Amino acid sequence: MTDAIREEQGRLVVELGGEIDLDRAPEVRGLLLDCVARGRDVLVDLSRVTYIDSSGIASLVEALQNAGKGGTTLGLVAVSPAALRVFELARLDTVFAIHPDIGAALAAAG
Amino acid sequence: MSLAAEESIVELRFPARADRMALVRETVRSAARYCGFDEPATRDIVLAVGEACQNVILHAYAGRDVGDIVLGILRGTDRIVLRVSDFAPPIDPAAVKPRDLSELRPGGLGIHFIQELMDTADFHPAPDGVGNVLQMTKKTGIAI
Repeated sequence: MTDAIREEQGRLVVELGGEIDLDRAPEVRGLLLDCVARGRDVLVDLSRVTYIDSSGIASLVEALQNAGKGGTTLGLVAVSPAALRVFELARLDTVFAIHPDIGAALAAAG
Repeated sequence: MSLAAEESIVELRFPARADRMALVRETVRSAARYCGFDEPATRDIVLAVGEACQNVILHAYAGRDVGDIVLGILRGTDRIVLRVSDFAPPIDPAAVKPRDLSELRPGGLGIHFIQELMDTADFHPAPDGVGNVLQMTKKTGIAI
C-alpha cells in the first residue's frame, strides 16, 4: 500500500497503511526518518494499518527518538485497533502521544 | 498434553525470508479462524508467529545462507499448537529472554510479544538434533 505525506498547518502528516512487517519496515523507517529530518513536527496516521510487528514498532521508536533529539515531535493519529494492541503490548501507548484524529492532534499541538 | 491428542491442521515449509511472511500470516490467520478463535485472538496468534519467524530470520540464520522454516499448526481438544522449526545452529534457550521494556529503544520486543500473546512458548529439542523448535500454544476457550 502506498504511503502518503501531506502538510497540515505546518506539520507533516504521514499516512501509513497495510501491513508493516520485517519486509516493509526498512521502507517505513526511511520515510519516517526523512520526515523527521526536515525539522518539522510529524503526525503519523495509523488508521489504515492492518498489521504491525516489532520491526515496524522499532521504526516508529527510532523516528520518535530522532524527533526528540532534533527538538521536534512525532505523534500518532487514529491508531487502528490492530496497531494499538501492539503499542499496548510494548508499553509504548503512554510513550507516544496518541490522538483520536487529525483535528485533535493539531489542536493539541497548538 | 500428549502429542497424540493433536491433529495437524497444516504444515508449511518456506525460505526464512521477510518477503514470504505475508503469505505465511494468511495461512496462520485462516488456521486460527478454523480453530474457532475470534478476530482479536486470531490477530494475536498471527503476530506471535510473525515474531517467532522474524527471530529465526534475523537471529538464527543471521549472517548465514538462508535456510528454511517449517511451521506446523495443530489443534488439540482446547488449544492451537504452533511449532516453528529452523535448521540453524542450536541456540541456548536460556539466552532468549525479553528485554527491559522501561528502556526506550528500537528492537528487542519479539520475545516479549510472544510471551504476552501465547499461553505457552517453549523451545523443544529438535527431532534429530539439528536446528531449533519453538512451540507455542493458545487455548481456544472452547472444547473442539
